[in-house]
Amino acid sequence: MTDLIERPDSDEAAAPPPEETAPVFKPTRRRRRDYGAMLGAAWIGVVVIAAITANWLPLPDPNEVTDTFSKPPSWGSHLLGTDSLGRDTLSRCIFGARVSMAVAIGGTAMSLVIGVALGMIAGYFRGAKDGAISLLINFLLAFPPLIFLIALVAALRPNLSTLVFGLALLGIPNFARVARATTIAFAEREFVTAAKALGARPVRILTRELLVNVMLPVMSLALVVMATLVVAEGSLSFLGLGVPPPTPSWGGMLAAGRESLSEHPHLMFVPALFFFLTVFSFNRLGDWARGRVGRESSL
Amino acid sequence: MSVGMRVDRVNGMAESSPPATLLEVRELKVWFDTSRGMVRAVDGVDLSLRPGETLGVVGESGSGKSVLSRAIMKILAPSARVLRGSEIRLNGIDLSTVSPKQNKHLWGVDLAMVFQDPMTSLTPVVTIGKQLTETLRFHLGLDREQAKAEAIRLLTLVGIPEPAKRFHQYPHNLSGGMRQRVTIALAISCSPKLLIADEPTTALDVTVQHQILNLLQELQAKSGMGMILITHDLGVVAGRTDSIAVMYAGRVVERAPTRRLFSHMRHPYTRALIDAIPRLTDPSHTRLASIPGRPAVIVDPPPGCSFAPRCPSAQERCLHETPALQITADAPDHTAACFFPIGTPAGDAARRSNAEAGVTAAGTRVAQEVS
Amino acid sequence: MARFLLLLLLVSIAVFMLLELIPGDPVDALVPEGATPEMREQVRELYGLNDPLLQRYASWLGGVLQGDFGRSFQTRLPVAEAIAERAPVSLELAVLAMVVALAISVPVGVWSAYRPGGWVDRVATLVTSATLATPSFVLGILLVYVFGVQLKVLPILGWVPFSQDPVQHFSHLVLPVLTLAAGECVLFTRLLRGDMLATLQQDHVLSARARGLPTWRILARHALRQSSFSLVTVSGVVIGRLIGGTVIVESIFSLPGMGSLVVNAIISRDFIVVQSVVLLTALIYLLMNTLVDLTYPLLDPRVRKATS
Repeated sequence: MTDLIERPDSDEAAAPPPEETAPVFKPTRRRRRDYGAMLGAAWIGVVVIAAITANWLPLPDPNEVTDTFSKPPSWGSHLLGTDSLGRDTLSRCIFGARVSMAVAIGGTAMSLVIGVALGMIAGYFRGAKDGAISLLINFLLAFPPLIFLIALVAALRPNLSTLVFGLALLGIPNFARVARATTIAFAEREFVTAAKALGARPVRILTRELLVNVMLPVMSLALVVMATLVVAEGSLSFLGLGVPPPTPSWGGMLAAGRESLSEHPHLMFVPALFFFLTVFSFNRLGDWARGRVGRESSL
Repeated sequence: MSVGMRVDRVNGMAESSPPATLLEVRELKVWFDTSRGMVRAVDGVDLSLRPGETLGVVGESGSGKSVLSRAIMKILAPSARVLRGSEIRLNGIDLSTVSPKQNKHLWGVDLAMVFQDPMTSLTPVVTIGKQLTETLRFHLGLDREQAKAEAIRLLTLVGIPEPAKRFHQYPHNLSGGMRQRVTIALAISCSPKLLIADEPTTALDVTVQHQILNLLQELQAKSGMGMILITHDLGVVAGRTDSIAVMYAGRVVERAPTRRLFSHMRHPYTRALIDAIPRLTDPSHTRLASIPGRPAVIVDPPPGCSFAPRCPSAQERCLHETPALQITADAPDHTAACFFPIGTPAGDAARRSNAEAGVTAAGTRVAQEVS
Repeated sequence: MARFLLLLLLVSIAVFMLLELIPGDPVDALVPEGATPEMREQVRELYGLNDPLLQRYASWLGGVLQGDFGRSFQTRLPVAEAIAERAPVSLELAVLAMVVALAISVPVGVWSAYRPGGWVDRVATLVTSATLATPSFVLGILLVYVFGVQLKVLPILGWVPFSQDPVQHFSHLVLPVLTLAAGECVLFTRLLRGDMLATLQQDHVLSARARGLPTWRILARHALRQSSFSLVTVSGVVIGRLIGGTVIVESIFSLPGMGSLVVNAIISRDFIVVQSVVLLTALIYLLMNTLVDLTYPLLDPRVRKATS
């Protein structure tokens, strides 16, 4: 723009803009609360707390076999019914949540730490480090996600820790890409140049100056990755390649429920509902977080 | 033809014969529904344009001039609300009553528009020839051969060398100036009655700006279409328009025939705009004149004149009352919205007293005036 | 291209190492229980398991390059044959799913962007966010329950070859393809809607409107064509998801594709089959991604100019 008039005024004689011209911000009058995200947060909160405290909750043992087989959900004992072996569905769902949440939170945390570290190093130093890290990321991305997991569980016997590890590997490229792009964008900013001029070492700049800015978009990504990992773990369990029985998992319950779909559809619907609500909640929270990040930084 | 119209108007028959005014805008209000509140982009604009006439609309970025042009074209963004009571008439037809289907035959044929940035106003993935011929074939019902011949004629008309070669090229193969010529060819392809040019030269090099403006003027003279030339630069419209409307914060603050506006401007804002034009006679390294403060924010504006906070003439009254557009004492076709117009005793007194006090009623500091 | 070859090399090494990493002696899978140490040693020698690592990798890679993936531990048949037999099933599933997803998402995405907040947009938003939260294995079973168990209008299990009965062939494919397409449909619709929303506000679209061109032409020629580039860019990712997705779908609907092959192979610890399928899918995925990168400039005249 070659606008003469619009040019920001640097004349000292010019008065600061008086009160009247200051932008009138309407305090969030029209921004309705995001009830979907709030409900999502509530659901995740309940699931996480239930998964942690499952041992102390008044629940029957998830692997305790009773003689009420495939009872549909109803009030009284066995709120969500029992499975074909007479095990309590609610209890299995809550203990199954341990697998899902361990994967979602543990796997995401692990891939976040590794991915962000790699991405920031690549984005800050560029050059050979960037090339090597990019190659590693591309290598991880060279496998279709589920095939990658299948190959991993084939090599490492499936148990909770190898699952978390495998799923964490799956999430690394996402975090690395976002962290790298954000680091590149911020590395040119004045506050980074200033820190460099003051003699700050790269480690200090990366952790003190850049990390905060990188974390903002990364956190909203983390919620989306959690949703993906819950689904990925579900897929493996559904295929019978997840945590080995009898440890309950939602995917395993769903696979078992499929066997008696026409007679006892609730065996499928209950775990399906847990999946739906959990993934939906993570997605809504992710949308909400992305909306907030979009407003606070223009990245 | 236009002479006859003017006779009509002089005879007082303008009301009964609609073609006397090509475009009539009354009380146009376009507000935007944003998260920060209602932005009053256009807040009560009246305009009229006779066939063959050129109107310059001048204002800073954000003064609502682009929204005005888009409202006339009916291509406002979905978040825009045209308020009730707004009226836009083209040849006497209220555009709000035109159905979307009829709109298709209004656009291009009656109304056309040249956009600001030729880099973005041509579809990048469609050849220039195809963009021209699809318009011609749709509106004029030409067949493939005729459309191609006409397209090449248009490209020649707007001064594009090697039109037959350009016909098969994509927009990115052309320079900015050439692209703007193509958009002009597109706009005039169906001989519109009104052409709106929204900052047609802002995105171009200075040397190309003149060529494009001259081309527009030339085409207008040949076809006799009405034209609205929108710009932030008074210099652009100075020699090329019949009259000028100055916009500020969504309103027209002054409207006058071009010559008159430059010689007898009434509104302090117009004066500030004119002062901001750099002159060849200025000694080099003269600090460019600028208007203090920022353009008014038009979200739920407070009462009072929106220019008052930046106005060297502002008085107590300007902070509480909104001035309406009024005919100035000396000419019926010169209107201004100011309580203390420049060149009147009241206005001069207001300016002088502010200059002496060193501060206006709005609290803006003013320097001692040289002139 | 150099990057592609380098990645290919890394992938092949990783896939080869997969077999090495598997805990336990591979000979266990090759010899009957209670085999004498002498027998084991013979088998070792026969399969070249005593050779140094690099040599084994070289001979394995040489075989793979000639289309010889080795023989299944389980059936003793060449793995290449098993794959050749099953690949067409997965391929047909993936291609049909892609076609269905595009056929649904393009009109929906375009119209949602054209009339944001309209009923098409609102319904689409609702359906996409619900589908997004429904993993494919849940959706597949749900479809089986609704159409197969409750309504009894569609077959739910199995595969009928096209040559045997074309109608049955396709009716058996409806639910699997829908399951597979749903996720991609959501991705395409969201992407296209967002992209179109931005494109529709660009000057060149406004300019086309201001010339009075018909709506469908503006949408198709002046907006969609530009927005479709992002569809092409993600199609590489989509192919990867489809390859993974067929595993789930084949398992739900008992279809004899590569997916069920690999799952059965893992369960029966037939690792050479797993290795071959992983290698092959990674190869296809890499190839498709590279292809997407290469076709991109052919579509966009601006990039075409920049690269030529």
